[in-house]
Amino acid sequence: MSQSLRPYLKCVRSSLTAAMSLSDFASQTAERHNVPEIEAGKSPEVLLNPLTISRNEQERVLIEPSVNSIRVSIKIKQADEIEVILVHKFTRFLTQRAENFFILRRKPVKGYDISFLITNFHTEAMLKHKLVDFIIHFMEEVDKEISEMKLFLNARARFVAEAFLTPFD
Amino acid sequence: MSAAEVNLLFHQRIADHSFSADGQLLAVTRDSRVQLYKRSGKTLALSDELTGHDKTITAVDIAPNSGKIVTCSQDRNAYVWELSPTGEWKPTLVLLRINRAATSVRWSPDETKFAVGSGARVISVCYFESENDWWVSKHLKKPIRSTILSVAWHPNSVLLAAGSADAHARVFSAFIKGVDQRPAPTAWGERLPFNTVCGEFQNRSGGWVHDVAFSPSGNALGFVAHDSSVTVVYPSAPEQPPKAVITVTTAGLPFTSLLWSREDQIIAAGHDCHPMVFEGSEDGWQWARNIDDPKKAALGEEKETSALNMFRQMDLRGKTTSSEDSSLKTIHQNTITKIRAYEGQPGAITKFSTSGVDGRVVIFSV
Repeated sequence: MSQSLRPYLKCVRSSLTAAMSLSDFASQTAERHNVPEIEAGKSPEVLLNPLTISRNEQERVLIEPSVNSIRVSIKIKQADEIEVILVHKFTRFLTQRAENFFILRRKPVKGYDISFLITNFHTEAMLKHKLVDFIIHFMEEVDKEISEMKLFLNARARFVAEAFLTPFD
Repeated sequence: MSAAEVNLLFHQRIADHSFSADGQLLAVTRDSRVQLYKRSGKTLALSDELTGHDKTITAVDIAPNSGKIVTCSQDRNAYVWELSPTGEWKPTLVLLRINRAATSVRWSPDETKFAVGSGARVISVCYFESENDWWVSKHLKKPIRSTILSVAWHPNSVLLAAGSADAHARVFSAFIKGVDQRPAPTAWGERLPFNTVCGEFQNRSGGWVHDVAFSPSGNALGFVAHDSSVTVVYPSAPEQPPKAVITVTTAGLPFTSLLWSREDQIIAAGHDCHPMVFEGSEDGWQWARNIDDPKKAALGEEKETSALNMFRQMDLRGKTTSSEDSSLKTIHQNTITKIRAYEGQPGAITKFSTSGVDGRVVIFSV
């Protein structure tokens, strides 16, 4: 783990732990409904101030807490065009399977690559600290995954080029 | 301190629980049902189930003397359950006249009234009208701006405190003509017509006030808010600013519930999953100690790591350390939702019970 990653993840972890203090809260606007307030946004007093944690200009996390739900959005590092394509493919793969993922949001928040929506029902059914662990683990792994895919892609490109050019050798 | 009694009832959220006065009957909420557990020996055994609500039940309260149970739910209704001579629980619908979820309910100490907080920005103060044979309500609504998260009664059964999501804790008069006797004047007020606001206190950082409680004497009000603070207010005289407003902030996660165990002691618990004790008086309050301290538990557990455990860890996860252990070091494995007195008189409580999102009801000694 690089030198700047550790404090970044530590900061995200403690912010997430604090933000995940959720409780059951029935809607004040819609009768007999119980909706994630951060998505509805109809009652301003139950929303907390959103929080952005940036590691550098390419990597940041947005945490939007409310009384019964939090939205966590992650901007994954994209250094060049290949990485942009890879991140797009990767997040698309995940969001298309969002219903098996429970906390994944089908559409990321604008300006971010992937968003999670965690409600009080998730923190009740799953262990809160494990949910935090999962997001931190995801953030750790996704960079690794993308750079691995990029390496693999480059290696394959080289191999294909070699194979093509052999007849002209 | 004796060991805590842990009852793992089920794996669902318990929004609220209530013991009967003798500690033999426990009512817990479970989704849209209320389950009644009877004490049999050392354990609690399921004895009955109250069904009738069709949405999540948010609060339950057993009246200590009459044994009536009142429940309220997000389906906007409240029921009063009475035990019939045949041993069945009979519900009576209460006319709350609210159009949003009911969030909390408490019997007044004299058991003639109860208050239901709601998301409709009103508190319904309900009383029994014998000529019509039903429970009717009057609404407290004046300065309330958001969902009521909790209600609590003053020992004189007239004053009512409410914590709300608009970051205020308020004290109202819930005096109902014909039901209540004229109360003795207190520091909160002398003449108390219905819906008099006797006090309004804001949480400084604008956090939702999760729970409120009057001290056993009724001369102080405590509340916990989402900024992990406990605030105690001492009123001076009617219509005067309070003598003292003392806020204790902590570094932990927010509290969701509090209980006055003595006039000079508060127990609060919440998202940190273990209760904390605060002590003080008008001159100042401070944190005193933790109950079920996770740090102490961690030390004890370290010693018990056996060779068997180590190999099991290696076998299962390819690791020798148990840092992957998913359980918390506290008894409750998730947020504590409510603290209630279990044993002792008001002002000298010796045992209290907590319920959690993890489906546990635990009885601790103070």
